[in-house]
Amino acid sequence: MSEVKKPLLEVKNVCVDYVTDTGNARAVNHVSLEIRPGETLGLAGESGCGKSTLAFAIANLHGAPALISEGEILFEDRDVLKMSNEELRQFRWNEAAMVFQSAMNSLNPVITIGSQLIDVILAHKDVSKEDAWKRAEELLEVVGIHKSRMTSYAHQLSGGMRQRVVIAIALILRPKLIIMDEPTTALDVVVEREIMDELYELKEEYGFAILFISHDLGLMGEIADRIGVMYAGKLVELSEAEEILYHPKHPYTRGLVASFPTIHGPKERLTGIPGSPLNLLETPEGCFFQARCSECMDVCMTRDPEFIEVQQSPSRKVACHIVEAEEVSA
Amino acid sequence: MSEQIKSYDTVTAKPSIYVEDLTIDFALDSSLFNRQHMRAVNNVSFVLKAGEALAVVGESGSGKSTCARALCRLFEPTSGNIWMQDVEVNAKQNRMSQRDYAKEVQMIFQDPFGSLNPVHTIRHHLARPIKLHQPRMSADELDEKVIEIIERVGLSPARQTADKYPHELSGGQRQRVAIARALAVGANFILADEPISMLDVSIRLGILNLMDDMKKDGIGFLYITHDIATARYFAERTSVMYVGHMVEWGNSDSVTQNPQHPYTQLLISAVPEAGIKRSKEVKAKKAEIPVWKPESVGCPFAGRCLEATDKCREAMPPVTQLAEDHFVRCYLYDE
Repeated sequence: MSEVKKPLLEVKNVCVDYVTDTGNARAVNHVSLEIRPGETLGLAGESGCGKSTLAFAIANLHGAPALISEGEILFEDRDVLKMSNEELRQFRWNEAAMVFQSAMNSLNPVITIGSQLIDVILAHKDVSKEDAWKRAEELLEVVGIHKSRMTSYAHQLSGGMRQRVVIAIALILRPKLIIMDEPTTALDVVVEREIMDELYELKEEYGFAILFISHDLGLMGEIADRIGVMYAGKLVELSEAEEILYHPKHPYTRGLVASFPTIHGPKERLTGIPGSPLNLLETPEGCFFQARCSECMDVCMTRDPEFIEVQQSPSRKVACHIVEAEEVSA
Repeated sequence: MSEQIKSYDTVTAKPSIYVEDLTIDFALDSSLFNRQHMRAVNNVSFVLKAGEALAVVGESGSGKSTCARALCRLFEPTSGNIWMQDVEVNAKQNRMSQRDYAKEVQMIFQDPFGSLNPVHTIRHHLARPIKLHQPRMSADELDEKVIEIIERVGLSPARQTADKYPHELSGGQRQRVAIARALAVGANFILADEPISMLDVSIRLGILNLMDDMKKDGIGFLYITHDIATARYFAERTSVMYVGHMVEWGNSDSVTQNPQHPYTQLLISAVPEAGIKRSKEVKAKKAEIPVWKPESVGCPFAGRCLEATDKCREAMPPVTQLAEDHFVRCYLYDE
């Protein structure tokens, strides 16, 4: 990433609130990040940290009770949040596609795989049904499914095959960005491995950018160029993948990295992160991680740490008072 | 009990559950004549020791949960025996009563949101099993015991927690209640069926470490998981299952660090590990995972194995002992 490319997607200071009877829960809290063309950005964090909510916001898919209350999302300099319905319809799938977590449930059970594939093409491109069918067959073969499966229904395919079909549907219009929300979580490890391998090859061939959302840092370390870590709606650390995994700075990132037993590394007792995730309706003053942080200081309970750049590595940003203090003394 | 199953047990002094040649068939259709069966578990033998954990690792459909359910007596085995020390659990005559057995063996399920009753307090969930198994306990003693158990699983403040309802607790806390319920009975063996896979990543280790501490009190675990890395972390012994068969088992470190069966090698190479870019090397053929029938023959992995020979398709490979505590079922190691 030495040459400076213009970012494909810029998320600027976005907030998403869920409006509830007991108050607004801010699921995404002033998040800013960018994705460059062809780059894979990983977004990690535990359930409820707002990573999926952010993904939905990028495609402007939110409906009530979710409300995008602040910020802008620029896709090639156009604001996704200000698009008309027709513009949005063109934007979704043509330029940004999504792969959801439970592929099992995102396919229509009473329509064949083939019709669902050509549906996408016919809705966006002015081509004949025969051409669309041919193109869908090609794409199915690209993701490793025989074209005779075009006439199958979702229930006739295994979980792994269904996930491949969903990836095919996402790829079919050659979008520049694919948002993948836990694409392999529901699958067995061996199937997950096969799909991830195929995804690499497709990415090299088609050159799309990926926003890869997962709680599995190991998997993310393999595919992502950069990783952002979210906690309670805030982006707490953003850096090159290796930096995050081997030299995490934020205490939460450190805890998250230390939460995964390894298969080959030394066998030692790991600690994980004490306490439980924050209730977004009862957010404290100051840093949101204070209650679970082992290095919590007085300032952490009064002032919210800023998301600042680290001097030694300019591509790295951290929101933590400890890092802030180090930067000042450096 | 055969000598073979005893030979798997290196320390016989501790109380143990022996599972010998366990086979479980399920009917596939409802026709009365010419009924088709599938074999969910085929010829599985293992020993569960007090104070130790045995991990059963495999993909979905490998029969690992069926094993646990048979051990919990939710399924009657088609053939094979389960022994509780010297007592045959499913004997035709004078079989062990379900209550005596349940006092020793309890199960924890994957979904902590579905395994607690939403209309009862935590206190009720824990007091009820104690009352069932120790009916003469006084109310004060009962209360004390409930609080003690809640504290033991790391839920504090214990008194407030006891009066909460399941919806007031997080997933990790609920799973701790499920573990507490097994402890309340006084179980010596806990069958944990994917106990952490539905929990948040940051609290999974807390549950694993809690179970690890319970091993020191002499509780034995059957830990069912698809995550071989946590199997190595938590369990002393690991057994790898494929389509209802145990293909490789033994000491966790030797199974994970020195896998011998082609399927174990495939499984371990598939585990994502940060920083290690995947190799392009093909580890197995692409083929559907077979449905095992009682009449099926050969090694279940033969269809996907790169080293398969005709012999593999004709008969099930015998067990080969590779080290003191490392066994494999594969013709590659059969002299």
